[in-house]
Amino acid sequence: MSITKRALLQLSCAGLLAITPMAAMAQEWEPRRPIDFVIMAGPGGGADQIARFIQSVAEQHDMTSRPLVPNNKGGGSGAEALLHVNAASDPDHTLLVTLNSFFTTPLRQANLGIDIQTFTPIAMMGVDPFVLWMHVDSGITDFEGFLAQARAMNGEFVMGGTGTGQEDSIVIAFMSGAYGLDIKYIPYDGGGAVARDLAGQQIMATVNNPAEAKGFYEAGNFVPLLAFSDERLPAYPDVPTIRELGHEFSYYNQRAVVGAPGMSDEAAAYYRDLFTKVYESEEWQGYLQSESLAPLWMDADGQRAYWNTQVESHRVLLSRLDG
Amino acid sequence: MEILALLGDGMLIALQPLNLLLIIAGVTVGLFIGAMPGLGSVNGVAILLPITFLVPPSGAIIFLAAIYYGAMYGGAISSVTLGIPGASTAVATTFDGRPMALKGQASLALVTAAIASFIGGSVANIIFTGFAPVLASVALSFGPPEIFALMLLAFATFVGLGGEDIPKTILSICLGLVLGAIGFDQISGAPRLVLFDINAFLQGIGFLVLAIGVYGIGEMLWTIEQTRGEVENNTPKMTARGMASDARTALREGWKGTAIGSFLGFFVGILPAAGATPASLMSYGVAKMTSRNPEKFGRGSVDGVAAPEAANNSASTGSMLPMLTLGIPGSPTTAILLGGMVIWGLVPGPRLFVDETEFVWGLIGSFYISNMAALFINLAFIPVFIWMLRMPFTILAPMIFVLSIVGGYAATRDMFDIWLILIFGFGALVLRRLDYPLAPAVLAIVLGPIAEPTLRQSLLLSSGDPMIFFTRPVAGPITVIAIILILLPALKLFRRKKATPAIGE
Repeated sequence: MSITKRALLQLSCAGLLAITPMAAMAQEWEPRRPIDFVIMAGPGGGADQIARFIQSVAEQHDMTSRPLVPNNKGGGSGAEALLHVNAASDPDHTLLVTLNSFFTTPLRQANLGIDIQTFTPIAMMGVDPFVLWMHVDSGITDFEGFLAQARAMNGEFVMGGTGTGQEDSIVIAFMSGAYGLDIKYIPYDGGGAVARDLAGQQIMATVNNPAEAKGFYEAGNFVPLLAFSDERLPAYPDVPTIRELGHEFSYYNQRAVVGAPGMSDEAAAYYRDLFTKVYESEEWQGYLQSESLAPLWMDADGQRAYWNTQVESHRVLLSRLDG
Repeated sequence: MEILALLGDGMLIALQPLNLLLIIAGVTVGLFIGAMPGLGSVNGVAILLPITFLVPPSGAIIFLAAIYYGAMYGGAISSVTLGIPGASTAVATTFDGRPMALKGQASLALVTAAIASFIGGSVANIIFTGFAPVLASVALSFGPPEIFALMLLAFATFVGLGGEDIPKTILSICLGLVLGAIGFDQISGAPRLVLFDINAFLQGIGFLVLAIGVYGIGEMLWTIEQTRGEVENNTPKMTARGMASDARTALREGWKGTAIGSFLGFFVGILPAAGATPASLMSYGVAKMTSRNPEKFGRGSVDGVAAPEAANNSASTGSMLPMLTLGIPGSPTTAILLGGMVIWGLVPGPRLFVDETEFVWGLIGSFYISNMAALFINLAFIPVFIWMLRMPFTILAPMIFVLSIVGGYAATRDMFDIWLILIFGFGALVLRRLDYPLAPAVLAIVLGPIAEPTLRQSLLLSSGDPMIFFTRPVAGPITVIAIILILLPALKLFRRKKATPAIGE
């Protein structure tokens, strides 16, 4: 029903535009109210940090006529956020900051009725690599040591993560499979909490984004053992990648901004322009570098194609996880 | 005495004209944000974060910390005067603040809240200044089993109280736990209790929605029913002398609650999972349990206002500790502050105290100044709020209704929450008629979502062995105390049956 209404509204808007002599009107779409900037994760984690950073860059340079209002909806591995954005009453003012749960949650919970291809691609701000961390006090300094201990503990080796089916669990599952490890996995409500409990040695190892573990690494509490990126990370040049060890595997968390389904082309064009400016800003480029994110800029069609390949590869990864 | 020198420098930074102005503005804004039902320090800090780009980082965080402080003071105002919790951190303040106001002691309740807040804040500041790095490692030693044990202790303080109907208290706690379980399960990610397939239930039931429903709408309906709208207005006029005598009464009758709240609040505040809301509820429970007159709690006890108010200020300082020393937010508000620090180009975490000495000590210095400013600004505004209370009930009642609805909507901007508030309001009226205590349900909806995941994480850690709660050095004693407290009423009953007379409580 609401779709029909919206279509009618769009038709009438288009009609109005047709009578107005200024053809450039469509180009000058601007938000008329605060923009609902929905985040697929709770406060404090990697996705939240990024959303608030983006908001601050836009705010600092006065890039939007209306503010981006961060709105954390992290419940159910982002299902809460997807449902909220999917049913947005005002799609022109609703944006979603995504993680890979954008792909995995609709796959794992088909009953939600979410088709991500109906969402509107806006901007790919970068991809976040994963690194295996242990605490300095464990005395372990390399991946070999990690393997030896995990095997020796025989099912009692405890790792923390953000939940089965979440990004880090996919990485851990691959690693366990490749090396025949039996790991006890404790789910937490966010990457920040996972890093905290490694710092307190409640758990023995984690797979965290560099941004989440960096503070503890710099303070000398954490040791990076293995990177799950294609190439060695510039900030951690001595840490080998799993590829170097002979496994064709790399895994990144997408940091992308997506528009609600049914967003008008004018609004989408406005936001693409806005996030291009944010992306090119000195601050964002500095953030990419300091937090070890890799750039992966692509246009709207590129993003749609990327979504397709990610959904397919996650379908395979998840089936391995459950099987 | 290096710390004192650093603190002195920090205070000088906080007293610079711009920073002092920011403190006063922040505290005043925070006071009103806190007093507005529905809006709490989280919203205040989130809304005003962008403004802070206009000033240097140290000024920015001082401003936001001042809002945080002000909101902790302000939350008590609507809790006492209107009976609607101004913020989630002030819910426990309604338990006794509202009955005091109905007895004509509104000014005493507000003065108590202000003084307890000040003392709680001061105690927390001193502990913070002296022991920040040590306490950071204490916070880290609290893993899932320790946090669950602490939650168990919190429930125990509410159950193990003599004088109340224990089965009804337990039922009320269970009701809160069920409501708290609605929505996505944190451990498995599966949706639970999505009643009538309404998708809005997936987000879970906001604690503030329940609190506004129960205390805003429910309380008003109860009052109307009891008095047929003819409420006697016995709120006296405020005088300077009256306020001074209130201050003396507050100190005399509320010192114990203040002390409990100050220390317990700080300690709970530094724990990563907690924050000021659980801190204030737990302090209330402990104050009631250790009180000589527990029967006065819930009927207008000065201690019952002092404990949660001291605790929420103390905890708000406490939750800054893991944020600054570890880069881990201790509460939702500090999570936003943390985001702000990243934006200002600071790296929160273990290096901050070393690399950004001026920033850190400027902030700590500002805690002292903000706390002082908040006390005086708050005291200055109390007569205004009292004047509001002197309005006829026929004006006040509709106003409370409107504020409850607007406040409930402001927090999430979701119409669904309004319907929930109304349902909870009527539900509370029914339960109250049947003499069910409602505070335990409110406690449970806050602590349940912390207790449940930590329980399951602990059992995963131990492969299902519950002994993990007894064998760990910190969790063990806490669990044992909690269990003793829960069993205490049964033990008392047993002893009474054995006819051993004259046993002091």
